[in-house]
Amino acid sequence: MSAVLEIEGLRKTYKSRRRGVRNALDGFDMRVEAGQVHGFLGPNGSGKTTTLRTLLGLIRPDGGRMAVLGQEVPAALPTVAGQVGAIVESPQFFPHFTARDTLSLLAGAGEVPVTRVDEVLELVGLRDRAGERVKTYSLGMKQRLAVASALLKNPKLLILDEPANGLDPGGIREMRTLMRDLAESGMTVVLSSHILGEIQLICDSVTIISLGRRVAFGPVDQVLAAHSLGTVRVRLDAAEDLAAAAEVLGRSGVPVTRHPDHLMLSGVEKPASVSRLLAEHHLYVSELAPVSVDLESVFLELTNTAPVPGQHRQVDESVRIGGAEQSGRAGGGWGA
Amino acid sequence: MSLYVTELRRLVKRRLTRVMLVLLVLGLAGVATALAFSSQQRSPAVIAQARADADAQYRQAVKDWEKGIAECEAAQGRGEQTEERYGPNCGRDWQPQPEMFDPEWSLPYEFDFRDEFSVLVAVFAGAVALFGFVVGASFVGAEWHTGGMMNLLLWRPKRLAVLGAKLAALLSLLAGVTVLLGAIWTAVFWLIASTRGSTAKVTAGVWQSTGLSGLRALALILAAGAVAFALASLGRHTSMALGVAIGVAVVSEIGMRIGMEVAGVAFGDRYVLSTYAMAWFQKQHKLFDYDACNLVQGSCEPAELVVTWQQSGLLFGIGSALALVAAFWTMRRRDVA
Repeated sequence: MSAVLEIEGLRKTYKSRRRGVRNALDGFDMRVEAGQVHGFLGPNGSGKTTTLRTLLGLIRPDGGRMAVLGQEVPAALPTVAGQVGAIVESPQFFPHFTARDTLSLLAGAGEVPVTRVDEVLELVGLRDRAGERVKTYSLGMKQRLAVASALLKNPKLLILDEPANGLDPGGIREMRTLMRDLAESGMTVVLSSHILGEIQLICDSVTIISLGRRVAFGPVDQVLAAHSLGTVRVRLDAAEDLAAAAEVLGRSGVPVTRHPDHLMLSGVEKPASVSRLLAEHHLYVSELAPVSVDLESVFLELTNTAPVPGQHRQVDESVRIGGAEQSGRAGGGWGA
Repeated sequence: MSLYVTELRRLVKRRLTRVMLVLLVLGLAGVATALAFSSQQRSPAVIAQARADADAQYRQAVKDWEKGIAECEAAQGRGEQTEERYGPNCGRDWQPQPEMFDPEWSLPYEFDFRDEFSVLVAVFAGAVALFGFVVGASFVGAEWHTGGMMNLLLWRPKRLAVLGAKLAALLSLLAGVTVLLGAIWTAVFWLIASTRGSTAKVTAGVWQSTGLSGLRALALILAAGAVAFALASLGRHTSMALGVAIGVAVVSEIGMRIGMEVAGVAFGDRYVLSTYAMAWFQKQHKLFDYDACNLVQGSCEPAELVVTWQQSGLLFGIGSALALVAAFWTMRRRDVA
């Protein structure tokens, strides 16, 4: 499969006399195959928007290589821009222009046929409100307008930064369907979002960025499988036997976490071996269930951003789960 | 071309552009209306009336003078001191003369196209330049502030072409508004002069001079718009241009003037921007160094410094060019974050 978007070793450093040097992107890599819906995930301040802005020529990189649709950017950006539709963060529109005016001006600037304006208005559900001023729009309607502006060029690559921001549940579902339909029509979609459930539902592959570096990538199911850690939930016939079971399992080297009515095991490659081991000690299993991980838990684990009681994680900081130790700011934080 | 046309459409569609244009037209119409009402043509009947008024004033003054002499003499007859109240010789030496009552003073104001229209060209240029400054600053400043510029650059990732198209659209609009309103402005005052004033001695030379004043006005308006555009682009906010304008007004027009006066610098006004604006319109502006005069020794011809319109043009041209070069250079170099 051919790559529509390739990023290798991308670096962007901000220097400030007062705050020192900050590596917003620290050798970041990314690859998106044609026809995929690709999720681009990362905590606040991890470098997502910087990556997108750099890719789209808004920010000058300090190093690395980028290619869009097989052409090196930013050098070839004027050539490929006509095939790339993008919204970066929440774009603002002139409040006194109507949606149709806004899109028709963009169409004029991009030499897109004006007939396309009505097509995209229909597509995002703004057809009947197109003559109203943008200032009367809700956040969700503005978001739909933003998506419409990105679709105006009928691009081969669509880059959407938080497209579901402000949408109602119906709108989120419509957006999900739209993304899938666009991908089926051959369009490649890069989707940056914090709604991880949505990403898991609609994306074929993901890239997770933390502190300016890629920490995971690949098809969604592979990323999930790679981080499931063999977690198994065990219940026994008699709850009073849990302590004995925990001891037996612990002795055999299985990491165990005790809960009032069950045990959680991790690193278990073959769940059947757990059943056999306990049975040998006359402890009988009533439930032995592999616990499937979701994208949110993988994200929190990989980015070290799970909330920790008593700690207030700051943007650019990563906190280790299960401890007060901070992983530091070597990557994305302001450092010396 | 499509980018230029789109930017022109965007500029015309903007509410601020339309509101400012309405305010500009209302302001200019107000000036024209006020002048039309205050001007009255000096017809033979009006001139005759003014002469009659002046004659009546003269005769009344003679009567008052004679009455004063009579009262003075009566007071002297009563042995009173009169010199303090009536002057020496009972004021007989102060007889009113007819030339002291010029009929001109009794004539109503009459707008003279030949003598006064050049001032009105400057008024027009000032008003349109202000319009150009605000609209120019907002056109690019609001785009940066709202994220519209980023949107546009996603569509056309050619920064210099985008900024250039915007500047071209702004200058085209300003040129169009100046030429259109300037033609109307000239026609309106010609009409006022024809019906309620004077169009005497308006020769081909006068029209040529008026045309050149108009061209200088157009250049000033375009420069004001371009500088505002450049400043707002540099600061990525409309308030950058407006702030600099207020700063220059305070520092140059007030601070510099007072500072130079206190420091006793000869021809201190040569450091004040408005001096060059006046020279630009009047072709030259003379500054005098009255401090060099010793008036105790009698009359004095103070030293003078002439600021020419060419010097003004050089100053404004270089200033505008520097601002634009800086704006385009930063547009090319800076990140859009």
